[in-house]
Amino acid sequence: MTMPRTVSEIRDSVRSGDVSAMDVCRNALDQIASNDGLLNAFNTVSADRALERAADIDRGRQEFALAPLAGVPIALKDNICTRGIRTTASSMILETFVPPYDATVVERLNAAGAVIVGKTNCDEFAMGSSNENSAFGPVKNPWALDRIPGGSSGGSAVAVAAGMTPLSFGSETGGSIRQPAAMCGIVGLKPTYGRVSRYGLLAFGSSLDQIGPFGHTARDCAIALGVIAGADTADATSATRGVDDYEGALTGDIRGLRVGVPSQMLASGVDPEITQAVSAAFDVLRARGATLLDIELPHAKYAISVYYMVATAEASYNLARYDGARYGLRIAQDDLGSMYAKSRERGFGAEVKRRIMLGTYVLSAGYYDAYYLKAQQVRTLIRRDYEDALKTVDVVAMPTSPIPPFKIGEKSADPLQMYLADVFTVSANLAGLPAISMPCGFTASRLPIGFQLTGRPFDESTLLRVADVFERDTEWWKQQPSIPR
Amino acid sequence: MSELSKDVVKAVAALANLELEPEEVALFARQLGDVLTHAEELRRIDTTGVSPTAYGVAQAPVDRPDVVMPSLAIDDALANAPERERLPRGGGFFKVPRVIG
Repeated sequence: MTMPRTVSEIRDSVRSGDVSAMDVCRNALDQIASNDGLLNAFNTVSADRALERAADIDRGRQEFALAPLAGVPIALKDNICTRGIRTTASSMILETFVPPYDATVVERLNAAGAVIVGKTNCDEFAMGSSNENSAFGPVKNPWALDRIPGGSSGGSAVAVAAGMTPLSFGSETGGSIRQPAAMCGIVGLKPTYGRVSRYGLLAFGSSLDQIGPFGHTARDCAIALGVIAGADTADATSATRGVDDYEGALTGDIRGLRVGVPSQMLASGVDPEITQAVSAAFDVLRARGATLLDIELPHAKYAISVYYMVATAEASYNLARYDGARYGLRIAQDDLGSMYAKSRERGFGAEVKRRIMLGTYVLSAGYYDAYYLKAQQVRTLIRRDYEDALKTVDVVAMPTSPIPPFKIGEKSADPLQMYLADVFTVSANLAGLPAISMPCGFTASRLPIGFQLTGRPFDESTLLRVADVFERDTEWWKQQPSIPR
Repeated sequence: MSELSKDVVKAVAALANLELEPEEVALFARQLGDVLTHAEELRRIDTTGVSPTAYGVAQAPVDRPDVVMPSLAIDDALANAPERERLPRGGGFFKVPRVIG
């Protein structure tokens, strides 16, 4: 039999006994073994543990009869701590780090019957939009091996897009789930800030970071979010409000939905093929009974400047902990200060150093008000733009990325140009809002295109419902890349 | 501003406990200058009376009961240490170069 492709199919087949968790797990490991030499999506494959775990699930099938992810193989971005499995953040400074504890999401995924098959490659400490900033080499886009998969959660996106695992998890600080989802032709969801516990996620920008799922379908992301969402005493910023029934929200009905499109903002700077595909996607929603309304987000154009002040400031203090004293790489020196500085010099890659430097600069005396405080004030204006817009519309829609995946190496020399490509994704993080990217077409050279919806705080249900409706009327999510062997 | 001075780059690197190669100093002087120049667009926005946002979606602080909870075992906490010392009667240390002369 052919192996089921989606989370819901696998879960149902494992629960009913049509397929064993062991067969599903072996299939995932086989796919990784035959494809990942080319793709480089995994930093660590935990094959033995995964097989043991699958055997446990098969033995205890009654126990997992209602488990939402029974026997589903998953891949985790390598900045999510896994007890006993190396967690590197794709950095030399953590090359041999083995966490002594599980992130809260990992505990919840284990309890839900998921089988962790490995840890995925990413931009170092999640800093990047191309997955080129990894100490373990770039990840390749399965649709075009000479191109980037997006970042920073590139490996997690590729694990799903290339059929290695049906579900994976990444993290977002400024688009690091949605942008690679768009560039790899799959669905990626960034939950509302606080919806998912950050405990055990290696911190980058603490007021922005969120963990979220990648899948082929909105339903798969709904199932996954239902597992990982919810309050956690280990994360004081996790939201105490109850978790919705996300799968139950997929009613297929979006009649009367009001979709806001910031058309002025999209008038220039977007690749014409992307504009065309996204506008066709809007037509699909309209045909299902949604109304499209023009909205304005007057301050959204400043989001990049705000983001790169705020995120780097937060990064500069979050990464101060990597100093060679308690864990991670140490370059032995005679005095403590030199040990810190040398260990950090050798341990961090160029992009991480660049961001630590920028963040340290904007927080330092004399520049704080002009850059950091000013950015936090404009952040308020961006948040208000969305609050105002979401009073008259239910979701805001736009392309996920203004450009299709570019060639590996093409933009590495100019960090600012790379940052500017995050223009459509960073606002949701700054405002704390949930957002989802879904596949909506291909360029003429068969590179995936995605569009995204941003919603009200904690209204992931609406985003997932719209994405599910869109899938019912389109075939983009069924497309699979052919990877040379 | 177009480029940061090399002295500023070196001072910031010292604050961040980062040692930089001379080529990195020159590179960052230019690249950080580019980003900061771009960010100067924020100065054009009137933010008089606008309060800063630290969290996009914030909730009131949540209290938890003040009770002792299990924490990491000492061996687990020390397991990743580049250099450590475990005492025979319990307790342990992360070892670092001498701090006090």
